[in-house]
Amino acid sequence: MPTVNQGTTKGEASYTPFHPRWYRPQVSVYWWLGEWHYLKFILRELSSVFVAVFVIETLLMLNALRNGPEAYAHFQECMRNPLLVVLNIVSFLFVVFHTITWFNLAPSAMPVRVGGKRVPDVLVAAPSYVAWVVVSAFVSWVVLH
Amino acid sequence: MAKPSNEAFFWMLFSAGGVVAALLIPVQLFLFFVAFPLGWLQAPGYDHLMSLVRMPLVRIYLFVLCSLPLFHWAHRFRYTLYDGLKVKHLTGLIFVLCYGGAVLGTAVAAYLLWTI
Repeated sequence: MPTVNQGTTKGEASYTPFHPRWYRPQVSVYWWLGEWHYLKFILRELSSVFVAVFVIETLLMLNALRNGPEAYAHFQECMRNPLLVVLNIVSFLFVVFHTITWFNLAPSAMPVRVGGKRVPDVLVAAPSYVAWVVVSAFVSWVVLH
Repeated sequence: MAKPSNEAFFWMLFSAGGVVAALLIPVQLFLFFVAFPLGWLQAPGYDHLMSLVRMPLVRIYLFVLCSLPLFHWAHRFRYTLYDGLKVKHLTGLIFVLCYGGAVLGTAVAAYLLWTI
């Protein structure tokens, strides 16, 4: 233990140098499991994994289309695999979760003011939902027409 | 002075990808990977899909649909790994894997849509 002699004549006064004890709480790897808010945050972030899964499936579909009718028929057959159907239903739920959380975040990210008063969050988010319905209907129409 | 960073650029890609994913992926995923495989809706034939995919506007649409959401994934997934699993020491590797994946996916999409 280092001591500091402050130069007193007799050398009897010794000090322990001040050293703060850092406050470093240990956070568990599973910190997000305990509370719904944290879990919701992690689920929202994990939705991005299902976004990536969707893109990979779409690229495989484009590749099958490119390789001709037989390849596309084979791709369609593969997509009927129950495991893939379950994966895609789960993906769909996660992606819808992403959509809802994304739209609901917009009013907080960009508060809109009219005449000095903040527009209610519902009114800021509403156009996004309208756009979602319109775009979804249009894509469905183009694909199914 | 703060070190200049590219964070704003990556955040823009994340944000644009988030909008594209929110608006387009639910309907695309539902139609092609849930409703058609389960037979809930009559799947469009090969010729109809090919005539759609060969339209320049549809190619651009599909390119955007594939590319931007991958950059959205890269950003979110990298922070999920940093914070969720507390692997801050692997920052460099995770960054390269996530954005490398997004760039690769974008290149594949461009190639497929160019040659389809």
